[in-house]
Amino acid sequence: MQGTNGNGHHDGNGWLLRVRGLTKIYGEPDTTTLESTGPAFNSNICPRSHAIVALNDISFDLYPGEVLGVVGESGSGKSTLVQMLYFDQDPTSGAAHFRAVDEGQTNLFALSNQRKRHARNHLLGMVYQNPRDGLNFGFTAGGNIAEKLLMAGTFHVGRIRERSSALLTRTEVPVGRMDETPAAFSGGMQQRVQISKAIANSPPLVFMDEVTSGLDVSVQAKVLDLIRQLQRELGVSMIVVSHDLSVIRMLTDRTLVLKHGHVVEHGLTDQILQDPQHPYTQLLVSSLL
Amino acid sequence: MVEDVKFRASYNFAFIDESTKKEVRRKILKAVCIPGYQVPYSSPEMPISRGWGTGGLHLTLSLIGPRDVFKIIDQGSDASVNACSLRQFVKRMTGCEVTFDTAAATLIQSRHRVPEEILTDKQILVLQVPQPEVLRGVERYEFKTRQMHAEADYAKIWVSLYEAYVRFGTMMRGSGYPIRVNGRYIATPSPIPRWDVPNLSMAHCLYLFGAGREKRIHCIPPYTKVEPLEFEDVLFHVEAFPGIRCAASGEDNAFLDEIYDDEGTRKFVINDSNFLDKVRSGPRPSQRLFTNPD
Repeated sequence: MQGTNGNGHHDGNGWLLRVRGLTKIYGEPDTTTLESTGPAFNSNICPRSHAIVALNDISFDLYPGEVLGVVGESGSGKSTLVQMLYFDQDPTSGAAHFRAVDEGQTNLFALSNQRKRHARNHLLGMVYQNPRDGLNFGFTAGGNIAEKLLMAGTFHVGRIRERSSALLTRTEVPVGRMDETPAAFSGGMQQRVQISKAIANSPPLVFMDEVTSGLDVSVQAKVLDLIRQLQRELGVSMIVVSHDLSVIRMLTDRTLVLKHGHVVEHGLTDQILQDPQHPYTQLLVSSLL
Repeated sequence: MVEDVKFRASYNFAFIDESTKKEVRRKILKAVCIPGYQVPYSSPEMPISRGWGTGGLHLTLSLIGPRDVFKIIDQGSDASVNACSLRQFVKRMTGCEVTFDTAAATLIQSRHRVPEEILTDKQILVLQVPQPEVLRGVERYEFKTRQMHAEADYAKIWVSLYEAYVRFGTMMRGSGYPIRVNGRYIATPSPIPRWDVPNLSMAHCLYLFGAGREKRIHCIPPYTKVEPLEFEDVLFHVEAFPGIRCAASGEDNAFLDEIYDDEGTRKFVINDSNFLDKVRSGPRPSQRLFTNPD
């Protein structure tokens, strides 16, 4: 895949995030692993070595202010993709360049642990499907947001509380519940706290991993609406991972369709939904009500 | 005394064998070189259970020489059961002179207190530490806490202070207030009260911390800067005893114990028993007192 140049609406130079050849293999692969897995084999498990190819040679560009959707079924590698970009996991091979780190000159995966942590705390945000992955339930909601602010060096309780209240207000969490633990919150509210935490340091790039999958439909709609509003307000770039095409339709400008660790189709979201080319995408779209 | 000498003859001087002492001393040197860093050590078997001061004893027995004068304190008191037993053990195993007098001791082992009296550059204070990992309360995995120390990733300990402030309106931690040693490692000063924390900074003496059960040694060398963690707008405070004087001596400006007599009357008495004896019988020994910010 050649980035987004083929789509014609970007010149190829203004990218915020450039990912090239990202590959993640679990287990011990042999020389045939990469050629014997993927959509053509209808499996991402190597028949000889039993290594799992979660992602195989993924490349794309993300532009400032853009929302990129990643869609695919369970096990297609979509969560692995954002987890690697958020440094939760190390890739087997591949590179990612981020405009906000060394003007995009350095491969993110080659950074020292300290610099990775710095990038994670200052320049990236992440909202996980399970709030327990993104929030510490031993701390209060305010404390969780404070953690992100403290990581970025705000050592002033007054300013921390001011910023946390503003964020919670913005994400429609009652400020009066700031000093309660998220365990006492509803699922939708937990996601709102996670969103507050993710945008606490105004990062240029935020990842959303199946944010609304555990929520009931009416709450889903509200959270999606909030994400869309925030994205427009802050002009933040996002990578939104979902198995749900309606989430993809509502939030994203462009979409990658993943199957068995391969990108089977990519393009403008509208195009993909209106005129899917790959049989797998056609199946996905036709299964959408 | 004759019995003690006979008893001692069947053991090495200071109980621990020389090669093990050497190992502990090497780890102490490493801890001195990297102030606040927890150095793993062997924590050999002792004739008392781990968790009863073995870490302190390892340090004491590895460092003590025949001419040392030894003092041991338990929660400020020389006379508690734990202090008496360990003092007797060290005396039997070394034949060293023992004392209650803080100023006369060359080697002091303590549990949960730093003496009120200023220690000199001829003295070493060994503290018994139950939990040397300051991050344990916020991170249960050892490999993660090590990584956090290595990368100076201390946001979580700050969140715990923030949370304490939000819940209680003050950064109250009864004991073991987190400190930054020499501008780098965040460490626990062992469960001493906040009152004692300012005395750790730029002190004349060497502070050694031994955790026998957890097998770690850390150290604050003399004249090392030690800062209790504080926010820009919420500052560190020591315990305040406004308008309260010691019921036994009439003095103030010392860490006080709250006690109730048989009638249920509340009283405060100076916790450091040797300091209390001194203020009752003669001139007040020199102290370093911390002034709380407004």
